[in-house]
Amino acid sequence: MTITDMTALQLAEAIRSGQTTAVEAAEAMLASIEAKEKKYNCYVTVDAQGALAQAKDVQARIEAGELTGALAGVPVAIKDNMCTAGLLTTCSSRILHNFVPAYTAEAVLNLQKAGAVILGKTNMDEFAMGSTTETSAYGVTRNPWNAEHVPGGSSGGSAAAVAAGECSCALGSDTGGSIRQPASYCGTVGMKPTYGTVSRYGLIAYGSSLDQIGPLARDVADCAALLTVIASHDEKDSTSIAREDTDFTAALRDDVKGMRIGIPNDYFGDGLDGEVKDAVLAAAKALEKKGAIVEHFDLSLVEYAIPAYYTIAAAEASSNLERFDGIKYGYRTKEYAGLHNMYKKSRSEGFGAEVKRRIMLGSFVLSSGYYDAYYLKALRVKALIKQAFDDAFAKYDVILGPVAPTTAPRLGESLADPIKMYLGDIYTIAVNLAGLPAISLPCGRDRKGLPIGLQLIGDCFQEKKLIQAAYTYEQARGAFPTPAEEVA
Amino acid sequence: MANIISDETIEYVGILAKLELSGEEREQAKSDMGRMLDYIDKLGELDTTGVEPMSHVFPVQNVFREDVVTNGDEREALLANAPEQKDGMFVVPKTFA
Repeated sequence: MTITDMTALQLAEAIRSGQTTAVEAAEAMLASIEAKEKKYNCYVTVDAQGALAQAKDVQARIEAGELTGALAGVPVAIKDNMCTAGLLTTCSSRILHNFVPAYTAEAVLNLQKAGAVILGKTNMDEFAMGSTTETSAYGVTRNPWNAEHVPGGSSGGSAAAVAAGECSCALGSDTGGSIRQPASYCGTVGMKPTYGTVSRYGLIAYGSSLDQIGPLARDVADCAALLTVIASHDEKDSTSIAREDTDFTAALRDDVKGMRIGIPNDYFGDGLDGEVKDAVLAAAKALEKKGAIVEHFDLSLVEYAIPAYYTIAAAEASSNLERFDGIKYGYRTKEYAGLHNMYKKSRSEGFGAEVKRRIMLGSFVLSSGYYDAYYLKALRVKALIKQAFDDAFAKYDVILGPVAPTTAPRLGESLADPIKMYLGDIYTIAVNLAGLPAISLPCGRDRKGLPIGLQLIGDCFQEKKLIQAAYTYEQARGAFPTPAEEVA
Repeated sequence: MANIISDETIEYVGILAKLELSGEEREQAKSDMGRMLDYIDKLGELDTTGVEPMSHVFPVQNVFREDVVTNGDEREALLANAPEQKDGMFVVPKTFA
């Protein structure tokens, strides 16, 4: 098996046992990037020199017995909205075209401490606002299963890089489905942890009450290993939670006997593609065969999650993105008349259309006279949605459903109608409003050969139940092909 | 479309958002925002009387720490990102006439 075909855990084991080295692993990935990037454009920045220097250092420390972790020596990719000291961090926006952070995001630092080697920064929708990676200022990323289709978004670069074998695993961020949906479109495993599990320090904020960093990986075991490394309590993030038990790999058990799984009827209504529906329900059957107790139920309020989400996310975005003003970092317009004109012109020239749309909406719903009617109303609906999940988790360990209504759309088909694009987030978005953990993993392919994702949602802090259910399903399903095996 | 966004409103939102829109962008923004608000108005179907707005899913309190400096001097690295700097300071356009 070649390095680019191995899972992250297999590769780390091969490095530990001396079959290969961290340097060879980095070289192999860089060669794969070199060969495939022209076609897929997964990365905004590839740091070949830096990766090789890190790999040499990591290899020496592995040989010295200092680095013994499960991911030591593994080459990883980081979504370009996480700060990396000394390495360009653009958020796929023109406004940060030259931004080189002075510090590194805590989650990335945790990875580096564990001996992972950072290959570069992956493409995304600008400021994580989008579902296709087409709003990037640095070109679209293409889906490795079919280059005429989108990889999903906003963590599309990370998901595509994992699928294409341009990294062993990657970090993404999920505000409304931005890890799970691209994972689903690219046939990879992606997880959004419980809010507060992974530090947001150094993650360029979009919707702070919703944002969470998480893993994208080739299988459930890699996903669990990656989450174990990045989860930490961090004083620098005031919403970070001190969790007791963060060894998520302990949950990699092939057993769901007696596990109660609920399937929301409201996730299988109009708009869901028939092939997606069949694949997801077949996955539920597979878990039932393994001993899970599967029931259908009404979750309720599902259609209110999207309007509540876009109100809250836009409000937070309008506030968070005020910092981009052409003073301390990033793009400044060339000609201007006075301070305010400079702010306005720099921002108008630096931000893309989708980002401006959400800043405008957010400014409006927070403005005096509309704050109660829109913003507070959305926060009240959020409380109701959380309650609906609390009621569901009184009866079930895990909620099972699709990740997205369809498989990956073709490039260029989504952006023309924003509301239609937002509707594609219907199954992922409520999870962020309620702060819940959820995992996406492949459960089949459609007629065109594009991957279909299965979503498992857990109650707060119940990642282990999700990982156990996902791992059990994965064992029942068997190996999922890679695009390299399937696509000529 | 139930929500008609006036020129005055879009002008006002532009000031709040610190965005300057071209004529074409303005018309697009008016129609986009109107459509989004029509969609968001769906929330009005729900009776939320007596429901407290939930800003945070966990009952978090303010998180305090001792007021001591833990980071080092990063002035050079931070200033290096500034579009314009001088004598260890950010240069901004004249703010007083």
